[in-house]
Amino acid sequence: MAISEQEIRKVALLARLELTPEEARLMATQLSRVLEYMELLNSVDTQGVEPLALAVEVTNVLREDRVTPGLDRESALANAPHRDDECYRVPAVLGET
Amino acid sequence: MAALPYTIVVGLEVHVQLLTESKLFCGCSTKFGAPPNTQTCPVCIGMPGVLPVMNAKAFALALKAAAALNCHIATFTKWDRKNYYYPDLPKGYQISQYDLPLCRDGWLDVPSEDEAEDRRIRIIRVHLEEDAGKSLHDEKAGRADSRIDLNRAGTPLLEIVTYPDIRSPAEAKTFLQELKLLLNYLEVSDCNMQEGSLRVDANINLHIPTPQGIAATPIVEVKNMNSFRAVEKALAYEAERQWGVFQETGRKLGEVPKQTRGWDEHAEVTRPQRSKEESSDYRYFPEPDLVPVTVTPEEIERVQASLGELPADLRRRLRRDYGLNAYDADVLVNQGRSTVHYFLRLADVCGDGKAAANWIQQDVLRVVHERQISITDFPIPPDTLGEVIRMVRGGRLDTPKGRQVFAHLLQHGGRPQEAVDALGFKDVDDAEVQALCRELVDANPKVVAEVRSGKEKALGSLVGQAKKRNPHVNPARVKEICLELIARM
Repeated sequence: MAISEQEIRKVALLARLELTPEEARLMATQLSRVLEYMELLNSVDTQGVEPLALAVEVTNVLREDRVTPGLDRESALANAPHRDDECYRVPAVLGET
Repeated sequence: MAALPYTIVVGLEVHVQLLTESKLFCGCSTKFGAPPNTQTCPVCIGMPGVLPVMNAKAFALALKAAAALNCHIATFTKWDRKNYYYPDLPKGYQISQYDLPLCRDGWLDVPSEDEAEDRRIRIIRVHLEEDAGKSLHDEKAGRADSRIDLNRAGTPLLEIVTYPDIRSPAEAKTFLQELKLLLNYLEVSDCNMQEGSLRVDANINLHIPTPQGIAATPIVEVKNMNSFRAVEKALAYEAERQWGVFQETGRKLGEVPKQTRGWDEHAEVTRPQRSKEESSDYRYFPEPDLVPVTVTPEEIERVQASLGELPADLRRRLRRDYGLNAYDADVLVNQGRSTVHYFLRLADVCGDGKAAANWIQQDVLRVVHERQISITDFPIPPDTLGEVIRMVRGGRLDTPKGRQVFAHLLQHGGRPQEAVDALGFKDVDDAEVQALCRELVDANPKVVAEVRSGKEKALGSLVGQAKKRNPHVNPARVKEICLELIARM
């Protein structure tokens, strides 16, 4: 297995996913297969080949610095599970120790 | 200052907001102080299916700052996603730059107080990234949640990281002042800490000589410093704290995990914060929605050539070409580019750099500050004031009368000669003053003898008599002529 259940739990924590033990085992198997495929790709000799930043060879897509209309506050807050008149409300982020 | 038993080693990580109208990847306004959540759009609040597009002005400003910081600018640069969960980060990632930043390896020279030479602080990298939103903590009792304002999410930031080249809390402050001045001159950022357009974190540890060699204390990242003064105070506190801990425990770098501490402005102490995630935990990967940006060597050269004279160049020029001392040059340059331009014109017209600097510092800037205007709106043009200073230098006016002319011009405008006439200051022909002085010197042998015996103060009585005879004479000129006459006797 290319990835352990412990590593799965760490990645899940970073992605804020709660996995049951069965799900963690399933993920470990599936992600391991993905990583094995990566190993196959890694076996290709890429010496002297420039890394590719993007699949399309386009650069310098820029826009002018101009203010354009955005969302009114009601629309911006419309999907929020918790909100008040002005803001999104989230569980406290105080107490950073 | 007594030598410390250790060396303080500091590196800074500075974020400055770029002076753009709109955000980095969308057209929302970046104006400070708007009501919460009124400057957002689907791009900056992370709705599915949207595409970020790079702001050309933000990129240009970043390039300008990079050139002014003497950096090696990459001809190919790309953006990456820095993944972490925090309520003020709606997408769940920040678009930043990881392995191919805009530029690397620069430096900024900062004036040093006790050394004649500037101190060179090296820059590791400068990159362009977006800001997160803002958490507003609800002060009301019983509310266990936080409020989120996303107006700031997506605002363009320049991250500037220095090498650990800074050697004292005071030097950290000087570096920040110099960086702010530079970015103000370039009109890259206003660096206003109150409005959050400059934020700074510091990494600090101590190098302590011991019989076993140099011992380094564990590195601490200090956050939450809200002014340059706070940076200086926090680092001074932290250095002493680390020295105390080292004496107690002897713990060295690598023996404990890196710690993050926050500066408590009221208690004037640093306190531990949650430990920093390892950089691999951010799971950086290339941002697939943005295309890379390339810059040609010719474009880089053009940017370098367009920078104009920067604060350090101007300080040097004012000292070398206008005879100013370091203090005066510093005061003028710190006032900004338009004050320096006013000075240059004034000094050229009146022909005396030192006098021009004095008039600006004592008279012009006083009015500018009182009226809370910019020097570009100051009512007396440098050519006019230059003429007044020439009159004072040439002896036509004494300094108090020069000030009266200044005040008159300030109120009524016009030419210096008109002010002189309106105030009833009559020009006294120099030959007339000469004759008057000769008469006085001849008539007062006792005063002359006193002056010759070294009591120059005795001249006061001659000046007094001259003013009684002709109230329009310049006392300084009378004194000068009398001294000359006595010396020749």
